[in-house]
Amino acid sequence: MSEPKKTLIRGAKVLGGEPQDVLIDGGVIAQVGTGLSGDGADTVVEAGGKILLPGLVDLHTHLREPGREDSETVLTGTRAAASGGYTSVFAMANTFPVADTAGVVEQVYRLGQEHGYCDVQPIGAVTVGLEGVKLAELGAMHESAAAVTVFSDDGKCVHDAVIMRRALEYVKAFGGVVAQHAQEPRLTEGAQMNEGTVSAELGLGGWPAVAEESIIARDVLLAEHVGSRVHICHLSTAGSVEIVRWAKSRGIDVTAEVTPHHLLLTDELVRTYNPVYKVNPPLRTEKDVMALREALADGTIDIVATDHAPHPHEDKDCEWAAAAMGMVGLETALGVVQQTMVDTGLLDWAGVADRMSFKPAEIGQATGHGRPVSAGEPANLVLVDADYRGAVDPAGFASRSRNTPYEGRELPGRVTHTWLRGKATLADGKLA
Amino acid sequence: MMRHLISAADLTRDDAVLILDTAEEMARVSDRPIKKLPALRGRTVCNLFFEDSTRTRISFEAAEKRLSADVINFAAKGSSVSKGESLKDTAQTLEAMGVDAVVIRHGASGAPYRLATSGWIDAPVINAGDGTHQHPTQALLDAFTMRRRLTGPDAGIGQGLDGRRVTIVGDVLHSRVARSNVDLLHTLGAEVTLVAPPTLLPVGVETWPCEVSYDLDATLTKSDAVMMLRVQRERMNAAFFPTEREYSRRYGLDGDRMARMPEHAIVMHPGPMVRGMEITAQVADSGRCTAVEQVANGVFTRMAVLYLLLGGNEPAVTNTRTEETK
Repeated sequence: MSEPKKTLIRGAKVLGGEPQDVLIDGGVIAQVGTGLSGDGADTVVEAGGKILLPGLVDLHTHLREPGREDSETVLTGTRAAASGGYTSVFAMANTFPVADTAGVVEQVYRLGQEHGYCDVQPIGAVTVGLEGVKLAELGAMHESAAAVTVFSDDGKCVHDAVIMRRALEYVKAFGGVVAQHAQEPRLTEGAQMNEGTVSAELGLGGWPAVAEESIIARDVLLAEHVGSRVHICHLSTAGSVEIVRWAKSRGIDVTAEVTPHHLLLTDELVRTYNPVYKVNPPLRTEKDVMALREALADGTIDIVATDHAPHPHEDKDCEWAAAAMGMVGLETALGVVQQTMVDTGLLDWAGVADRMSFKPAEIGQATGHGRPVSAGEPANLVLVDADYRGAVDPAGFASRSRNTPYEGRELPGRVTHTWLRGKATLADGKLA
Repeated sequence: MMRHLISAADLTRDDAVLILDTAEEMARVSDRPIKKLPALRGRTVCNLFFEDSTRTRISFEAAEKRLSADVINFAAKGSSVSKGESLKDTAQTLEAMGVDAVVIRHGASGAPYRLATSGWIDAPVINAGDGTHQHPTQALLDAFTMRRRLTGPDAGIGQGLDGRRVTIVGDVLHSRVARSNVDLLHTLGAEVTLVAPPTLLPVGVETWPCEVSYDLDATLTKSDAVMMLRVQRERMNAAFFPTEREYSRRYGLDGDRMARMPEHAIVMHPGPMVRGMEITAQVADSGRCTAVEQVANGVFTRMAVLYLLLGGNEPAVTNTRTEETK
C-alpha cells in the first residue's frame, strides 16, 4: 500500500462547505485552509469541488471470516469497505466459530490490521454460540487485544428478557453497549418477508412489524430500569421509530441504526420472488421507508449501518424460501444515502458525516475515527464525487459476493479516494 | 395465450373463458369410446413434484396422456430446500433431456415463478401448486365446475360467472386454492366472500377483491356455491383455533347448514376432505357436493391448459361444438 509522506487535497468541499485545501502529513491532517502549497507533497489530488468527509464508520458489517470464506473474508470485506469510503468497520459475531471468545475476536482484529485496508473492530457475541442462554465472556473480549466494546447476537435476538437485562447491566462495568437484533422469535417462525398486503398475496410467511417493535419497547424499558445504554440494530418500521422517539424523549440512553436498503427499497420488490431482495429484517412498506428517512433526518435514528451480508451466488440463485437472507451494502451505502437523504434535501453533507462517521464512531468508541476534518486529527478521509451518476455493476465490486439489490439501478455519487491514517486505500476509484 | 401458467391473477377474462370453453370440448371427448387426442404427440411433459400430491399429479398425468404427450414423472420431495440438488439444476437436467413443458408442484411459494423467469430453462412452466401462493389449475377446474353446474355445459360457453356468489370457507391463510380462486372468480365476474376464523385469514386480506366474514350462517343463505377448504388438524396446535370440535361447530358444513343454502347452490371441495372436520359425511356424499365431479373436471381443464400452452394453433377437437349443435 502506498505511503506518501505528504498528500495535498486541493479544492475539496469539506463536509459540503466551501472548497478548501487539506494537507495530510504522516497520517495526520497537517493543515486545512485555502491556497495551500503543494510544494514538497508526494501526491496532489485535484478534488475539483468533490465532497470531503471523515472516513465512514460502519457499526454493522458481516465479514464472514472465520468460517464462511466462500462469501467474504476480512481481506475482501475490508477492500469493499475502502471502496465504499469506510475507514472503520465493526465485524459482527455470527461467524463459525462464533466470536464469543477472546481468541476469535483477536483473530479478526489482527487480520484487519495485517491487511490494512480498513480498521476492523470485532463485535463480541452476547451469549455463547448466539444461543441466547448463557452470557459469553464479555469481559475477556473487552480486555483482549481487540478491546471489544460492542456486543451483539445479531442474526438472532437476545429474546430472553432476563439474559438481556443481565447483559445490559454487565457491560456497564467497562462501558460496553449491547446492540440488539430486535426480532421476537415466536412471532417470526417461518417468516419470509414483511407481513402485509404483499405477503398475503404472495403466500410467503409474514414477519410482522410488531415482532420488532415489541422487543425494542421491552429493551428501552430494560435499559431505563437498569440505567444502561442500548443500541438497536437495523430498525425497519415506522412503529419502531415512534418507540425510539418516545424513549429518547424520556431520556433513555438508546441509539438506533437504519440500513441503506431500508431507506430505499420496499416489499413490493418481493413480487419478483428474486431472493436478492430477501433480507432480515425484511423490506417494509413505503410508509416505513418515509418514516425511517424522516427519523434519520431528525436524529431519532442516529446512524446508517450497512448490515453488509455477503452470500455466495448459489445461496441466492434458488427459490425464495431456500435462499439466504442478506444483502451486500458497503460499496453502495453512500450512494443510497445520497439519493434518499441528500438529493431529497433531508440531510446536508455535514449531516451525512454525522450519521455515517461521527455518531457511529462515538457509539462504538472507535478511537481515531469519526473525527472532525481539522489540523491535528487522524487523516481518515473520503473524497466523494457527488455529481457522478451511474448504474450499479456488481462485477466491479471488491466484495467476494455479488448479492446486491441494486444491480443495474442508477445511484448517485462515487467514492474516488479513501485515506486510512494518510494512506490511500482507494485512489481514483482504484484500490491500493 | 400466455407462455406459462403461474398465477390465476395473470389470466385475462378472455384467457380464462377460452380455457373453460376448451375444457368443455375436452369433456366431450371423454364421452367418446376412444378418449385420446393426438394434439401433443411427440411432445414430452415432465411432472416435477417436489411435494407429495398423488391427486394433482395423477390428474395432470391423465390429461397429458389423453393428449398423447410422453410423460415423465419426477418426484423430488424436498430436494432443494433440504440442500440436495437445487431446483435450477434439476430443471436444467430435465430440459437437457428434451422436456417440452414442466408441470411443477413445490412447497416454496414462488418456485414456479422463479423457474419461469430466471432464465434457467426455456420450456413453458405450469404451476401445479406452490406453497401457500397459487394453484391456478385448481381455480380453473373450480370455475369450470361452477359454470357447468350453475349455467350448464352448453349455455355456459363463452360465459364468465358474472353475479354468481361464491363463499370460500376455511383455512384461507395457508391456502393456495383460496388465493387462486379469489383471483380467477373476480376476473370472471363472481362475487366472492371468504369465511374463516380471524386467525386463519392473512393480514392484508382486506385488500383482496372479495368480502370477508367471520359468520358462516349469515353468508350461506346468499351463496350460489360454497367451497369448503381442508383444515389440517395440526393447526389447532399452533393456536389457530381451540379444538377440532369448536372449529366444526363454527365453520363446518353439516346437513342443517346445507339445508339453509339456496336450493340450486352447490357444495365444493378441492380435496382431500377431512370428514367430520370442515364437512360432514352427509354433506360430502350428497348430490349437491361436487367433489368427485371436480376431480373429473380437473382432467379436462388441465388438458385445455396443456393444449393451449403447447398445442399451437391446430384445433384440439375436429368435430367442434358448433358442428355438434348443428
